[in-house]
Amino acid sequence: MNALLPFAVTFASLCFALAMLLAAARLFKGPAAQDRVLALDVMYINGMLLLLVLGIRSLSSAYFDMALLIALFGFVSTVALAKFLLRGEVIEP
Amino acid sequence: MSELPAWAALPAAILLIVAGVLAAVGAFGLLRLPDFLTRMHPPAMGSTLGTGCVLLASILVSSAIAGRPVVHAVVITLFIVITAPVTAMLLARAAVYRSERRARER
Repeated sequence: MNALLPFAVTFASLCFALAMLLAAARLFKGPAAQDRVLALDVMYINGMLLLLVLGIRSLSSAYFDMALLIALFGFVSTVALAKFLLRGEVIEP
Repeated sequence: MSELPAWAALPAAILLIVAGVLAAVGAFGLLRLPDFLTRMHPPAMGSTLGTGCVLLASILVSSAIAGRPVVHAVVITLFIVITAPVTAMLLARAAVYRSERRARER
C-alpha cells in the first residue's frame, strides 16, 4: 500500500516525459506552422503537469507557483503565435 | 511520502496513473493522426481531464500533509479550463484561414 504512491508518481512522470517527447517529434516533423504551435502548446501543458507531479513527490509547495507561471506563459505564447498565424501581426495598431 | 494515510494515498495514486495514461495517449494521437483538425482533439483530453486528475491528486496529498483542506491548486484547473478552448479556437481559425489562403493562391 505504501509503495503505491511513489510508483504512481514515477509512472506519471515517465508518461508526461513520453508525452513531451512525442510532442517534440511533432514539433520537428509538423508540416504546417500551426502543427508546430499546437505541439508547443502540448509541451507547455505536459511540462506544467510534470512540475505538479514533482511537487507531489517532494511535498513542497514551491512547484505550484512554477506550474502556474508555466500555464500563464504557455497560454500567452500560444495566443500570440496563433494571432501571428492568423493576421501576420501580434499587436495591431 | 510513505507516512500518508491510505484514504489519500490510494485515490491520489489512481488519479496520477489515469492522468499519465491520458497525457501519453493524447500525445501519441497528436503524433499519429493524419490531419491538423483531427490532430487538435487528442491533446485536449490530456490537457483537461489529465490536469483535473493531477490537481485533484495534488489537493488530496497536500491536504493530507497539512491536516486541513488545501485547495490552492484549483486556480490552475480553473485557468486551464478557461484558456484551453480559447487557444483551440484561435489555432483552428488560423489553420482554416491559412488553408483557405493556400487554396486561393493556387
